Amino acid sequence: MPSYLIVEGPSRGVLRITLYRPEALNALTTALLAELAETLVAAEQNAEVRAVVITGSQRAFAAGADIKEMAAHDLVGMLEDPRQRHWASIARFSKPIVAAVNGFCLGGGCELAMHADILIAGEDSRFGQPEINLGIMPGAGGTQRLVRAVGKALATQMVLTGEPISAHRALEAGLISEITQPELAVERALAVAETIAAKAPLAVRLAREALHKAEDTDLTTGLRFERHAFTLLAGTRDREEGIRAFQEKRPATFTGH
Amino acid sequence: MSEAPLLYSVEDGVARFTLNRPDSLNSFNAELHTAMRQALKAVRQDGSVRALLLTGSGRGFCAGQDLSDRNVAPGAETPDLGESLEKRYNPMLRALRDLPFPTICAVNGVAAGAGANIALACDIVLAARSASFIQAFCKIGLLPDSGGTWTLPRLVGMARAKGLTMLGDKLSAEQAERWGMIWKVVDDEALQDEALTLARHLATQPTRGLALIKRALHASADNSFDQQLDLERDLQRLAGRTADYREGVAAFMEKRQPSFKGG
Repeated sequence: MPSYLIVEGPSRGVLRITLYRPEALNALTTALLAELAETLVAAEQNAEVRAVVITGSQRAFAAGADIKEMAAHDLVGMLEDPRQRHWASIARFSKPIVAAVNGFCLGGGCELAMHADILIAGEDSRFGQPEINLGIMPGAGGTQRLVRAVGKALATQMVLTGEPISAHRALEAGLISEITQPELAVERALAVAETIAAKAPLAVRLAREALHKAEDTDLTTGLRFERHAFTLLAGTRDREEGIRAFQEKRPATFTGH
Repeated sequence: MSEAPLLYSVEDGVARFTLNRPDSLNSFNAELHTAMRQALKAVRQDGSVRALLLTGSGRGFCAGQDLSDRNVAPGAETPDLGESLEKRYNPMLRALRDLPFPTICAVNGVAAGAGANIALACDIVLAARSASFIQAFCKIGLLPDSGGTWTLPRLVGMARAKGLTMLGDKLSAEQAERWGMIWKVVDDEALQDEALTLARHLATQPTRGLALIKRALHASADNSFDQQLDLERDLQRLAGRTADYREGVAAFMEKRQPSFKGG
């Protein structure tokens, strides 16, 4: 069983996952996706892990799905494709994911990056959904998450022309939150993840759920969810600690309770 | 003289490109474009290269596009020049500009049209006293390309950029030097030696650091002062991690000549 991931940590609360298929620009085979899903399921159980950084190589975050593998599927094969389970499993992960993107971030790679909560990208990165060029279309959230991230006009142009956009364009459009020198993207992503890992885990978790709700529901429901989550935190020890530390002008030490 | 449209060699860390279509003043046709693309890719991948020297063979440096490759017959469909830029010139100019080591251009004779702007896209431009620069585009109803409209205002200011590009007059190498458009004018017979000496020197310098200098200077055109300060911080962080930086400081402290490896 070859391994397509390099998993390091957790260190300072951050688990670092590097996609590693250098011979194929990290194209996402089913085996790689399965391994990533398993890794996240294990990270879910590990209290030491408070945030995850996913990264590829300097040349490519991930350049798409594995075309050879996809070509082998007929209609029935697609219906029974185990990939959907892996994607669902990645989407269910309850801790913050920061993606550090360099180089090609295309097709399934772009869809994977959009599963992250925060995207930091080197300025040499390119984001695109080129599926249309192969007579297919995005199949792992590309049409849905992209519209929510960059708006209808740009998302439609990207999906229907298959042409990628630059990191600067992605920043303007809101697909990524920060742009860095290519060599510093991973470092910056780790720094952001470590900052989050030092916060109260329950507050992070509920805030993240509330943010997810915003993409998925009407404002009234979203506001109600936010209020419930906010109220729930009133019962945590970390809230007491956070407020007391602020009053005593010292850094807070959160335990996750 | 070899038949190859581009002579290419690598020696002691210096890659040499010689545009080699002397009968047509080294103008660009499909073959030269292909050769340039391959050579730029090769130097990019050859880890031993730490400087590039670009020059021309014969009496001219480069006359830009070979118009016989572009003859518009009456009644024929006009060629899509945008596509020619998109597919040929722009990738070449981007590849040249983004090389992670210094590029030196020895302008041995006339540099016209795209030829002038390819020269000006190099980091350090030397020109023979008899050389000249001509933004000839306006004479045939075109605008400067290959980065000319971006490069010229930055090198010589808007007034001179407009004069050069709208009048299309010949600018002597000496005037180009006075205007700060190029680094230096050299006597014709000394040009190649001096350019090679400069390239060899640069090939012994801290290559990573020089590449970061290029990156910062190129970015400055589009950045605010604040953004540029941030960029300097980020790039200096990278520069400070290089072995050459450590060697530079150590050599200074030990009062000896540094030996830079380029990493």
